[in-house]
Amino acid sequence: MANESKAADNGAATDSEQYLTFMLAGEEYGVDILRVQEIKGWDKVTRIPRTPEYVLGVINLRGSVVPILDLRSRFGLDKIVFGPTTVIIVVKVAGRRGERTVGMVVDAVSDVYNVPVGASKPPPDVCGSIDTVFVKALATIADKLVILLDIDRLIDNSIIEEPLSGAAAA
Amino acid sequence: MTLDIEMAEIAKVFFQESREGLDAMESGLLSLGATADAESINTIFRAAHSIKGGAATFGFAEVAAFTHGVETLLDEMRNGIRPVTAEAIQTLLQACDCMRDMIAATEAEQPLDQTRIGLLNADIRQILGDPPEAVQAPAPVAPAAPAAPAAGWRIVFDPVPDLLRLRNEPTRMFHELALLGSLAACADVSRLPPLEALDPEVCYLKWDINLLGQIPRKKIEEIFDWVDPGCRLEIVALGEPVPATPAAAASPVLTIPTQSPAAAPAPAADTLRGAARADAVPKPAEAGSIRVATQKLDSIINLVGELLITQSMLSGFAEGTGPGEPDLLRKGLQQLARNTRELQESVMRIRMLPISFAFNRFPRLVHDLSRKLGKKVEIKLVGENTELDKTVLEKISDPLVHLVRNSLDHGLESPEQRVAAGKSDTGTLELAAFHEGGNIIIEVRDDGAGLNKPRILRKARERGLIAEDQDLTDEQIDNLIFMPGFSTAEQVSDVSGRGVGMDVVRRNIHDLGGAVQIMSREGQGSTVRIRLPLTLAILDGQLVRVGREIYIISLLAIVETIQVAADRVNTLAGRTEVFRLRNEFLPVVKLYEHFGIEPDSTSVAEGLLVVVEADGKRVGVLVDDLLSQQQVVIKSLESNFKPVLGIAGATILGDGKVALIIDVPDLIRSVASGRRTNSVRAA
Amino acid sequence: MAKSILAVDDSASMRQMVLLTLQGAGYTVLQACDGVEALELARAGGVDLVLTDVHMPRMDGITLVRELRNLPLYKYVPMLILTTESSQERKMEGKRAGATGWIVKPFNPPQLLATVARVI
Repeated sequence: MANESKAADNGAATDSEQYLTFMLAGEEYGVDILRVQEIKGWDKVTRIPRTPEYVLGVINLRGSVVPILDLRSRFGLDKIVFGPTTVIIVVKVAGRRGERTVGMVVDAVSDVYNVPVGASKPPPDVCGSIDTVFVKALATIADKLVILLDIDRLIDNSIIEEPLSGAAAA
Repeated sequence: MTLDIEMAEIAKVFFQESREGLDAMESGLLSLGATADAESINTIFRAAHSIKGGAATFGFAEVAAFTHGVETLLDEMRNGIRPVTAEAIQTLLQACDCMRDMIAATEAEQPLDQTRIGLLNADIRQILGDPPEAVQAPAPVAPAAPAAPAAGWRIVFDPVPDLLRLRNEPTRMFHELALLGSLAACADVSRLPPLEALDPEVCYLKWDINLLGQIPRKKIEEIFDWVDPGCRLEIVALGEPVPATPAAAASPVLTIPTQSPAAAPAPAADTLRGAARADAVPKPAEAGSIRVATQKLDSIINLVGELLITQSMLSGFAEGTGPGEPDLLRKGLQQLARNTRELQESVMRIRMLPISFAFNRFPRLVHDLSRKLGKKVEIKLVGENTELDKTVLEKISDPLVHLVRNSLDHGLESPEQRVAAGKSDTGTLELAAFHEGGNIIIEVRDDGAGLNKPRILRKARERGLIAEDQDLTDEQIDNLIFMPGFSTAEQVSDVSGRGVGMDVVRRNIHDLGGAVQIMSREGQGSTVRIRLPLTLAILDGQLVRVGREIYIISLLAIVETIQVAADRVNTLAGRTEVFRLRNEFLPVVKLYEHFGIEPDSTSVAEGLLVVVEADGKRVGVLVDDLLSQQQVVIKSLESNFKPVLGIAGATILGDGKVALIIDVPDLIRSVASGRRTNSVRAA
Repeated sequence: MAKSILAVDDSASMRQMVLLTLQGAGYTVLQACDGVEALELARAGGVDLVLTDVHMPRMDGITLVRELRNLPLYKYVPMLILTTESSQERKMEGKRAGATGWIVKPFNPPQLLATVARVI
């Protein structure tokens, strides 16, 4: 891991992928920056009945109705009161039923990193507090462990609600 | 070659307009049944004529040849040479079908059904009185031209004085003649008047021309083809004497070989290719495009122009406000509101198409069906230009077909029965469309026997759809036919189809956010009335509040809104609450319970009951308050999320917040099935 | 200046084909889909040649030619009728109405150009 941490830095590298990272219960997660459409502050949502607890509701994003997922709740983490750093990361994902725009509520946005291709490694069976099926890889950046999420899979499973271990709705 | 590519593009236009032309021919032919006025035959003829011309121009010889026969028959009909008989109309209708398939096959570059073409060709020729053999062997059309071209020609051209008037410019003709061979022209100026009497518009000259070279006579004739028949024209091979007698002015001097009618393809000559069945012809893919009248686009452009004016007027206020400016500001905002509304309406109108697109297939359907059933039926279309959303239009077509078939099969009686009942032997089926409020109403009316109420009641009781002792109004009895499980084996016939009952028709209409009901009077006929939203994109909604949530209920589904006193509410089986509305008990649907939200009050007596109807059932939806009514733009929840039970979609309110639209049919179904909300979750 | 041709046909594909052919040869082409529309367009002037189909809704080509000939502006403008009718009678009817000549359909682009070149 020590080697990989040197390879990953904030500089531009030709064969690297950029990740936006965010904080969730003290851990740092990364999403492919190409999937991120925008980051916006927390705003009141319209609730949708008959949906799992982690589906907070929908918001109006410039005329589109966009669902908002609470990632803490999705991963079975403790609830917190949304504060000033709470943000919605709006991502565009490819799912089984086409492309979707979805917002995810996270504790705070952290940073943008270049992760050279090959500098990350596949996740172990157990990975922090979340289900490894949603983890694409682990990267060590500046001596910190960053969990790179398979965002397509995460969102798709969250919306279509296929039962997955450790990711049960309330 | 780019020209070929462009021609291929134009050919696509030809295919499209041919299909439209065929539709016009078909509806024209169907209307001929009753009256055969010259103008309607002329319209049909014109459509055939255009298809033939286009087909020939684009090189689709077989289509052109086949259409030629059709055109000839129509031409004789419009000139009164050929009577308009039912048989001829039937043959022409079949020819339309055949042409439609030929065009589809040509477009898809598939082989044509030669057998069918041949048979129809024979039918048409039979009506025309041509023995098939005569056409198969084309009449000799050898022009009476000399076998060997002469060494040269002498041309005497003595034109009419007003030759120039029609722009038959002699110099141009001579120029073309000069291209054929060596030309020597001698003008005779003897008729020229003195200058002061000269009329510059009159041709005073005549010419004597020598043209040397091995030139076919036909080439020369072509050049003089257009000149007035009154002109004297003599074309004589050099060495032959010029005939002394001038041709009679009344008749054209030139004999222009008339083309023989285009030879029809030999029928059934190619049985192998005939193996391609007509129904196997692939249909061109339905394009996701829409043809918009320029007028509609122009109106949008105008509105955008007005919007810009309003905007610049309003932005003027950013400079600061003087006295009297609040009034102007208010005026500007009013103008903005009006512009916005008009622009919205115009943009929505782009998606609107006249219902004739759905109605047009019915004359043919009724024509064919009534023949099959041995009934006499006259179809009337009313309000064909009524416009509705393209998607609604596409989806209402099948339910309409079902209703029309049903009317013909069960509603209208045979001619004998009708006469026995003291009615005219010809039944009437009317399809009518009109706007009412923000909706379109489509009615399918017939003057047939009407519904048999005792039989419906008996059947509904047998099937347990209603209780033995249930008292129903006439209207309620009629509408039982829409109940799932009502259609019976007894009703299945070749015409009405199997398995698809009226309940499916109603389901389809509800899925479009519409409603359907039937009214009938015994012996006088039935009317099925369909009410549909003009568009699926916009809904007239009632905003309701439950706790802090706002929901929208389609006004189309709302029957009334009432406040119910506590003593009119009963609890059934200790669980379901019902209330009495006039002589009916309706279940209460508590939205807060259904959607798991915190209401102001859980008591029916303290809230309002919005009575909604779908699938012939009514329920009272308990809400805390009624807010405004407004038009809302329907947004799909599915595009970014997934369908949610009980929710038809979402919309964005004036404050930018999302509000959910309640799916009334689904809500009612869930009550009927005893389905309940999964959990009442903590707020 | 490019010569202006008014092409009148109720069939969009025929209009487009005429348009493509004539524009390709450097003519300016005005289009109308029936006699009524053509008459309206023609009144504005600037037309060097009228090319019209015969069978059209509202106003047919023969009537159009007759109407145009009555306008002083069109006394000398050449007018050709496009027709699939090969009968002499139809052609003469066109002549009597004031048509300069005719083009028998089906025609191909070179033939159309050659015929147009005969009058303008």
